[in-house]
Amino acid sequence: MTGIRVPARRFGARQQINLGWAFVERQTNLWKRHWAWEVVWLVYGVVNTLAITFIAKQLTTEGVVSGQRANDLILFLLIGTLVWAYLSAVLDDISLVITWERWEGTIEHTLMAPVPRVAQLIGTAVFGVMHALMRTSLIMLFALPFFSVDLSHANWLSAAALVAMGSLSLVGLGILTGVLPLLYPERGEQMSFMAQAAVLLVSGVYYSVETLPGWLQAVSRLSPATYLLRGIRHALIDGATVGNEMRDLVCLAAFAVILIPLSIAVFSAAERWAKRTGRLKRHG
Amino acid sequence: MFQLANKDPLVVRGVTKTFTSKRGRRQVHAVRDVSFTVSRGSIFGLIGANGSGKSTLIRMLSTLVLADAGRVEVFGYDIERDSMEARQLINRVSADPSFFRQMSALENLLFFGRVYGLAGNDVRARAESILDRLGLGRAHQRAMVKELSRGQQQKIAVARAFLTSPVLMLLDEPTTGLDPRSKHDVQEFIREVQRDHDATILLTTHDMDEAEALCDRISFLVGGSIVAEGTSLELRRSVANGRDVEDIDMEDVFMALTGKSVEDDEEEDAFA
Repeated sequence: MTGIRVPARRFGARQQINLGWAFVERQTNLWKRHWAWEVVWLVYGVVNTLAITFIAKQLTTEGVVSGQRANDLILFLLIGTLVWAYLSAVLDDISLVITWERWEGTIEHTLMAPVPRVAQLIGTAVFGVMHALMRTSLIMLFALPFFSVDLSHANWLSAAALVAMGSLSLVGLGILTGVLPLLYPERGEQMSFMAQAAVLLVSGVYYSVETLPGWLQAVSRLSPATYLLRGIRHALIDGATVGNEMRDLVCLAAFAVILIPLSIAVFSAAERWAKRTGRLKRHG
Repeated sequence: MFQLANKDPLVVRGVTKTFTSKRGRRQVHAVRDVSFTVSRGSIFGLIGANGSGKSTLIRMLSTLVLADAGRVEVFGYDIERDSMEARQLINRVSADPSFFRQMSALENLLFFGRVYGLAGNDVRARAESILDRLGLGRAHQRAMVKELSRGQQQKIAVARAFLTSPVLMLLDEPTTGLDPRSKHDVQEFIREVQRDHDATILLTTHDMDEAEALCDRISFLVGGSIVAEGTSLELRRSVANGRDVEDIDMEDVFMALTGKSVEDDEEEDAFA
């Protein structure tokens, strides 16, 4: 009889990072196999960005707005569509992974592996953020030449700080929407689109939140995308420094601090409920 | 390296599970007050007709379904309270091999090895060695899973489970859908792992010859309850009713204990 290694109760930070990285590697392998989908989403993203930003261009050609205001309006919509492309890619990626795992039936093997949920979910989210950043950068690269916008005042450092902090809060939101396909394998992904649509409505993606009725303006304060969009617009249109952006950065940090642990706790509770009701069986 | 030698690999006590339909109108008693103990280094067979609760029980032992009552211990670790520890000791082959079908066998195994804490290079070497042993050629190891036959996918599922060197292996119909040669390869591999790696195995199967050949003890599950347990000889004796025990095979035991023939059960499975 040989010895059996006593299993660990907890994993150290390094082990957790290694375990989480396994999910990044897996998603990268899957993404390589689905490069054609990526091309489709990239083309869709570019076309969507152009289609919306051309509305601003039309207003400038018709003389409704002119001069600096025209430049600002084009940038306003361009930033809105790019941030939305980024945000929806992060949210989609996280809930798609859960949907995909349910569809393929691998969710049972993943959930019975000795991986702390935090390592699994953060690993999944890290890939989502990297993937969304790459796709959005390409969309920006293809879309920018269509508009002669003045970005000489842009403060890219502030924008990067906002994207970094905003990503953390989006990760929390993404994990929360990922709970839906875990609980509802057939309708969960569509339900997560509803959550995205609500964020789109209230966060000032294509219009300023001040345009919304009072009660929706109040709701907009609960969306991290509101602060992300406002901050990035200030950084790229008005050249706001990191110091000027501190209020939005603190709000995004607060969302991250609340949403990440909350979303992991909600996911764990949903997993427990799915195990209690026998809902982890393969669907698809 | 510490010893857990004085603990039984698997102790199941009074485990019960009832599922309620979505609208709450219908209750299905999948597992009723099941108890058994599996001793170290043995192969324990769990036999039952379709819908008898075998797969639910395996899911419960795999931490994927939570029991309504009772407890399960893996080497002394309670699978609910000490889930993380228990999960490091077990692995499972399900009747339905589930993979990311767009990825290759090796890419799938790389992921599943990594989430059990193995280094990438170790996983690759070990995965290739196990798949070679199971008779899945190198070209197939690198092909997308969706391009492989069900039997080949089942071999990858067996490799996935053994890749992590679990000390308790839960095999839910691991040879279903395999051709005779592949079935033989998998059965030989199971014996080898039990013999050389000190693994304890819980096996469910519809193949009575397989159960008799591999299992040290066999338990029969009917309607979610265990109705008989023993060695194949003890079980054959229990249904002999005065006949010579040599004239009785495990299919007779199956029919006597479940009220169905294995063929009926397989037909039901095909229409399920």
